[in-house]
Amino acid sequence: MQGGAPVLTLDRVTIEQGDFRLEADLTVASGRKVAVIGPSGAGKSTLLGAICGFVPLASGRILWDGGDITRTAPGRRPMAMLFQDNNLFPHLSVAQNVGLGLRPDLRLSPADRDRIALALDRVGLAQYAGTKPGKLSGGQQSRAALARVSVQARPLIVLDEPFAALGPALRRDMLELVRDLTAEQGASLLMVTHTPDDVRLIADDVIFVDGGRAHAPQPAADLLDNPPPALRAYLG
Amino acid sequence: MADRAVAIIAPRAWPGGLAAAAVAALILSALAAVVWRADASRGLGAGDWSAIRFTVVQATWSAVLSVGLAVPVARALARRRFAGRALLVTLLGAPFILPVIAAVLGLLAVFGRAGWVNLGLDALGAPPVSIYGLHGVVLAHVFFNLPLATRLLLQAWQSIPVERFRLAAQLDLGPRMVFRTLEWPLLMQAVPGALALVFVICLTSFAVALTLGGGPRATTIELAIYQAFRFDFDLGRAAVLSVVQLVLAGGVAVLALWFIPPISFGTGLDRPLTRWDARGGGQRGLDAVWILLATVFLLLPLVAVLGAGLAGLNDVPASVWRAAAASIGVALSSVAVMGVLALPMAALIAPRRRGGIEAVGLLGLSASPLMIGTGWFILINPVANPAALALPVTALVNALMALPFVLRILVPRLRDTLLQYGRLGAALDMRGWALWRWVLLPRLRPQLGFAAGLTGALSMGDLGVIALFADPERATLPLQMYRLMGAYRMEAAAGAALILLVLALGVFWVFDAGGRAGADT
Repeated sequence: MQGGAPVLTLDRVTIEQGDFRLEADLTVASGRKVAVIGPSGAGKSTLLGAICGFVPLASGRILWDGGDITRTAPGRRPMAMLFQDNNLFPHLSVAQNVGLGLRPDLRLSPADRDRIALALDRVGLAQYAGTKPGKLSGGQQSRAALARVSVQARPLIVLDEPFAALGPALRRDMLELVRDLTAEQGASLLMVTHTPDDVRLIADDVIFVDGGRAHAPQPAADLLDNPPPALRAYLG
Repeated sequence: MADRAVAIIAPRAWPGGLAAAAVAALILSALAAVVWRADASRGLGAGDWSAIRFTVVQATWSAVLSVGLAVPVARALARRRFAGRALLVTLLGAPFILPVIAAVLGLLAVFGRAGWVNLGLDALGAPPVSIYGLHGVVLAHVFFNLPLATRLLLQAWQSIPVERFRLAAQLDLGPRMVFRTLEWPLLMQAVPGALALVFVICLTSFAVALTLGGGPRATTIELAIYQAFRFDFDLGRAAVLSVVQLVLAGGVAVLALWFIPPISFGTGLDRPLTRWDARGGGQRGLDAVWILLATVFLLLPLVAVLGAGLAGLNDVPASVWRAAAASIGVALSSVAVMGVLALPMAALIAPRRRGGIEAVGLLGLSASPLMIGTGWFILINPVANPAALALPVTALVNALMALPFVLRILVPRLRDTLLQYGRLGAALDMRGWALWRWVLLPRLRPQLGFAAGLTGALSMGDLGVIALFADPERATLPLQMYRLMGAYRMEAAAGAALILLVLALGVFWVFDAGGRAGADT
């Protein structure tokens, strides 16, 4: 493990949902970009959901910078998350959707509005500020969601495959945007992915989820070049 | 893997708990007052027993005829495509929000003593038919509930996947075999629920019995409560009858809860299926006849109200316009009360598995308006003049009566919204008013508009509690219209009926269209 001091710690965490059980005891270091990979149904989304406060823990603690956030409400945690779908409210304009990242009640100051305009400009959506998301293409919707993540300016960005429905080229564009965003804000990144290419493109480390266990982050290059048997079976 | 139903994020629960408690308290306090005041030692007299018998008999006939006739009509609508089909299906939703007393006037014009049917019979030399008594009450109930039952069955019919019909066509099954393999099993599922719903609705019928029933042989319990109250001012007997009504209607409603299907008022029923069976001329002719009969039966009374109303508008006295203003106030108040109660209750129900809170809403369905009215009269009478509170009480009771329907409209949409966007809202730390303002209310807008329209129209046309509480100075439009009919001022009553019809449909349209306008998917 390399990089800065540990910022996110899963301290002997277990998640139980019916027959499903997942254990995690690991840390993520400051500024690292971590890919979460593993077979479908292994619990990648559940793990991210637990970290962000949507899935209750059966036992264990989640720490951020040493402080216990196990019981903190999702919106008060130091992370910005994008889900597989429904990342934008379809009845609000693109600018309003981005604005929610600054003010959950949308009482926006002129300074807030400037930041929103800047964020939209950065992702190339300046002329779509007043548009409803339904009128945008899939790639543009992803950009709008990323613009919101950028104004949220949280120290950890969590992506649960929000770009899965995009074609390879668009997905690559989005990942490059994400990489620039993390670099610029010094944020850490946790992202679920299915493709080794994505891992090579963006990830420093990999958390491999399999057999009811989320393994501690390993350097991505080492792991992909020299995978243990379970990972090799998954990668094929 | 992940059980998403667990992960959804809910708005605060306490306002919903408060609203549910308020509804329960309003209904249970009326019940307590009625039980307390009931003169149990006197038991039930012969008149009471005959009211109970008549109530059950007319509700049974009404349910059987409404659903029985709805089967061929729904079947015909399900398998035919013709110009105006969508309009007809929409029209089938209208009787539900039609003011009962206005429709009764229309039925009188068609089937009454000097109505169109009797004119025809007279020309043929046949003896006239009377609309008063059991068959009049049943006729009116069929007028209101045949369309409702047809829509319920049509909904069931359209739930048969088109692939099944394709398979049936591939196997060259005849109409009889299609009926046996596809339609019969479906009817066995859908008919009991429709029967139960119509039966429950007719059990607590008041305005129809008031206008077309009456006398010892055609008095419902609800009407008997009114008569004991109004003519004899025998609160003890009214209270006894209220308890009977509650046991009967409440018991049946609770039993029927397992049968009653989810009520969908929404669109989607206008989607005609492609069918390959029933192409024979005889089948086509039969379907056409059913559709035509149902349309004529539905439209004639409405046309009559329109015609007589236009002619009678000049005879409308000033009291009608005052009553119309009062009715608009009552309807809008009911909508406001409904919103205050239903939104938090829906927010309490939606994130949870089905349960108790929905039952609170249904309390309103089982407790009859006159029972609640009697109870509150008993409570209010010692401390205030009930007549002075006639309009607020009417608005409140009408809101309670609409609540079960409103919850069934709001809850599914709210449940979907929380499932789809609850996590996003929570991730953005949206809560309280911000969550309602920016997420829930905009997503609920079409349903809320529809529910408000329904509440407003039902409240506008209601003739129930107001008849108990009102004094000669105060009246809603339906009551004022009933008074004009009682005074045999039929032209003025017809004019009032038209105004009432326009107001009820108008308030529905304004809210419903307002909810749909600018709603984004």
